[in-house]
Amino acid sequence: MIKKIALYLFLSVTGLATLIPFIWMVSASLMYDGHASTYPPRFIPDEFTLYQFQSLFSRLNVARNLFNSLVLSILVTIISLFFNSMAGYAFAKYRFAGRDKLFSLLLSSMIIPAQVTMLPLFLMLKEMGFINTYMAIIIPGLANIFGIFLIRQYALSIPDSLIESARMDGATDFQIYKSIILPLCLPILITLAIFTFMGTWNDFLWPLIALTDNSMYTLPVALANLMGEHTKDPELMMAGSVITIIPILIVFFVLQKYYIKGIMLGGVKE
Amino acid sequence: MSKENNHIEKKYFRSGISAAYFFLAPAMISIFVFFFIPVIAAFIISFTDFDIYSLGNYSNLRFIGLKNYSDLLGNELFWTSLRNTFYFVVAASPLSIAVSLGAALILNSKLVKLKAVFRLAYFIPVVTTLVAVAIVWRFIYHPRFGMLNYLLSFIGINPIDWLGDPFWAMPSIILMSIWKNFGYNMIIFIAGLQNIPEQLYEAAILEGANAWQQFKKITLPMLAPTTIFISIITMIGNFQLFAEPYVMTQGGPLNKTLSVVQYMYQEGFRWWNMGYSASIAFVLFIIIFAGTMLQLKIQKQTA
Repeated sequence: MIKKIALYLFLSVTGLATLIPFIWMVSASLMYDGHASTYPPRFIPDEFTLYQFQSLFSRLNVARNLFNSLVLSILVTIISLFFNSMAGYAFAKYRFAGRDKLFSLLLSSMIIPAQVTMLPLFLMLKEMGFINTYMAIIIPGLANIFGIFLIRQYALSIPDSLIESARMDGATDFQIYKSIILPLCLPILITLAIFTFMGTWNDFLWPLIALTDNSMYTLPVALANLMGEHTKDPELMMAGSVITIIPILIVFFVLQKYYIKGIMLGGVKE
Repeated sequence: MSKENNHIEKKYFRSGISAAYFFLAPAMISIFVFFFIPVIAAFIISFTDFDIYSLGNYSNLRFIGLKNYSDLLGNELFWTSLRNTFYFVVAASPLSIAVSLGAALILNSKLVKLKAVFRLAYFIPVVTTLVAVAIVWRFIYHPRFGMLNYLLSFIGINPIDWLGDPFWAMPSIILMSIWKNFGYNMIIFIAGLQNIPEQLYEAAILEGANAWQQFKKITLPMLAPTTIFISIITMIGNFQLFAEPYVMTQGGPLNKTLSVVQYMYQEGFRWWNMGYSASIAFVLFIIIFAGTMLQLKIQKQTA
């Protein structure tokens, strides 16, 4: 019994400690200028206000950055889901020359850090006139090796007989992909969609390089940029952090089952 | 009859092949053009003097052999960034793995109900935006108004300038990054723990093994493949340290938190020394590759 109480006490204290930064973030975002720079620090605003959010949206035009982040994350998710699922299906269910070699080449190249590609990618996109446009973010995210891997592993478990019988009934390859493979792969597609959406939403280094204008920035880049001028305005910066974090938390809360399962898949399969 | 069958099979086979290429083409072309070609191009650029003049006019580009690499090895700032990055990797990776394992063990215990609630609390930092939480922590570490110094004052610790002190800056970044990341590995460890057969523990208890002995003789060995996977992905991720120092310290104070990726970013995209910057990226790649091989070798030897 004592052991049980101690365990719960420990879990509650560490759980709360993990959440304190978020509690303080939300609280400070609802304060007037200067109210979060006091000693002792306030956990609860003495006066609640939405002033910080108003200045972010009216004066600093954060709505535009929020829009960029939303549009880019959704576009990259949809396009890469389409590309990855087709490739994953092909690797799982078709036999063609060099398949296994190609697949293991892809897997082993996952060790190459993305930073290696960034300089030439920047130069290529600059030649194409895509720097500081949505294309600069979409193009490197078109397909993703980890995504292809996840879908292939999942599609392997689909029985060949299902595909064979559809083919006997005269279904074309694309019809099979669309009306058999995609519906059966739905759980892994949702998992991959969350990974991609969050990855694009949270990404920092590449958008920092590829987007050069405040009106094109995604939220993390805009936020880091804002930090440079507002080091003494915790209330404003916390409001910016809240805006950046809330959408991603909503996605996570709604679909957490799929997200957690995805991590376990990636971890156990290896 | 058999001839007809054969003909039909061939037709399916052929349509199958072209369909496979049709399905593969979009992803393979994107990965080839926008991943493999840039990797090769980066390798080539690292042997050139690609700089702001070449950016305006490619004819200013010259091959300079290994000069970028030899410059790099002679550059004090590069060694500083390498030292800092190794400090971060060597300290943050084992610590965060230990915290993840501890959290997984507790959450896997049969005594605990409400597992989902605590798991969620530990996991939330993982999904949140790194830049945003780095900004939150910057204020938590504030020497005068920060929450951390306030809480520490209750146990009699004098205020510390966490991010402004050359000694404390990196430990502060390490603490923040453990907080941000441990939930991810915790989930993988929980999955690994659930795969250990219950009978092993039952047999151990019958033979009178205590909790520590069970942990050492059953849990740890059974978790070995999970642990090696986790330590590789954690190490690879930690070598790419960038956003935390960029937001919290800008690499300071006295370059004590300048990371290799930040150095690469500054040289390449602030000063446009792209040839030199590409060589930094490749050195990072070689280090990550060597680190992964080393861990795989250790795994083979212990197995």
